[in-house]
Amino acid sequence: MQVGSVPTMTQEPSTATSTPLVVLSGVNKHFGDLHVLQDINLTVHEREVVVVIGPSGSGKSTLCRTINRLETYESGTITIDGQDLPEEGKALAQLRADVGMVFQSFNLFSHKTILENVTLGPIKVRGMKPKAAEKHAMTLLERVGVAHQSKKYPAQLSGGQQQRVAIARSLAMEPRVMLFDEPTSALDPEMINEVLDVMISLAKSGMTMIVVTHEMGFARKAADRVVFMSEGAIVEENTPEEFFTNPQSARAKDFLGKILTH
Amino acid sequence: MLELINDFNVLTAFWMTIRLALWSSLFALIIGTIVAIMRLSPVGVLQWAGAAYVTLLRNTPLTLIILFCSLGLWGQLGVEPASRTSDTFIVDLNFRLAVIGLAFYHAAFVTEAIRSGVNTIPVGQAEAARSVGLTFAQNLRYIILPQAFRGAITPLGNVLIALIKNTTVAVAIGVAEAAYALRNMIEFRPDVILLNFLIIAIGFVILTLPTGLAVSYLSQKLVVRR
Repeated sequence: MQVGSVPTMTQEPSTATSTPLVVLSGVNKHFGDLHVLQDINLTVHEREVVVVIGPSGSGKSTLCRTINRLETYESGTITIDGQDLPEEGKALAQLRADVGMVFQSFNLFSHKTILENVTLGPIKVRGMKPKAAEKHAMTLLERVGVAHQSKKYPAQLSGGQQQRVAIARSLAMEPRVMLFDEPTSALDPEMINEVLDVMISLAKSGMTMIVVTHEMGFARKAADRVVFMSEGAIVEENTPEEFFTNPQSARAKDFLGKILTH
Repeated sequence: MLELINDFNVLTAFWMTIRLALWSSLFALIIGTIVAIMRLSPVGVLQWAGAAYVTLLRNTPLTLIILFCSLGLWGQLGVEPASRTSDTFIVDLNFRLAVIGLAFYHAAFVTEAIRSGVNTIPVGQAEAARSVGLTFAQNLRYIILPQAFRGAITPLGNVLIALIKNTTVAVAIGVAEAAYALRNMIEFRPDVILLNFLIIAIGFVILTLPTGLAVSYLSQKLVVRR
């Protein structure tokens, strides 16, 4: 099979209004000799939830980080809502404000309280009044179930709570699209579900999401489309139902065989 | 002992030492922070200039820098940070030239201390700040520098203690601080050499010991828990 060229299997998501929001075309990136992103073409529509899966080192995290330019890329284009990703600078900062990002290691601001973590962006980037930002933040913290912890510091919270705060912090910016880079991989098993529940409700509320994860349950429940990556290329794209029950490529079959047998 | 302290104005001399240390550390902190920001900036020229500054100042003897401030900066280049019409022109001039020398010299160490503080911050902090939409300057101001200073309290404290002791070099350009008093004591009371040294040494311990304790306390109190 030719690398990164399986457009025939792409299916239009049923819930999408089919306005393309994030469009990657012909994106290439190297880490030294390693070709980590090979001619990536991916279109994510408004209100669509795309789950990216694949073995470690397949480039799925890099793909996620490239979309808000935490990683640079060498060729190809990435547009968000029709806008090209700008180079470093004010314009890029403005664009990043519209793209939420949730990290594997939470990355809450360690020296700020939970509430300050959520209000910093709205106040400094969006220019919101502190009172209004706090009110909005408390509503979001309520929504992810950590409102009673708002005066604490990140280190005083469990991993699951921290990750839910990180989601609230992203939501506070009212992003057009949210990126999740293995959001549950650093969590103890009993905390994974509390984070996934928040993500599922977010997906149901119509948020556009690109989620890199190993949680196949989440993919089945919430994804409109599954993108399977291997060795830096998109090998297969399909609805979760089709992908999990009837994978087309040998690599996807091999991968699913390894993770679904136990 | 009290007689020696009175005869040679040791308390006045130490007050001068304290003033030197306060002004020098204030300016060293400001200059050092600016140079640290240059070194952290994404602009190649600024990074290079910051690195060059640290290398040059850190590797030059302080006595040389202080003498240069008096003979070069003022004597040759005509930089005159005091008013000639003032009654205390010479005293002010020497004091301010000494502050300039001490501040620029110790700024190099402040820069390195702040950089070590930056290294205590996980990379994800800056990435999270960027992905929230903060600009480089906002990222520095709200995320990186606050955590860097708190992570750099111990090395910054070491710089402050070194600076307090290094003020003695100002005697070379005639600032009447503690080492100046010591020089007079040795000259006029050579019969009690050991006592002369002891008095000045105790004076410095009184200044540096509480500083060290305060630094230890602050570094524990302000540590960023991760």
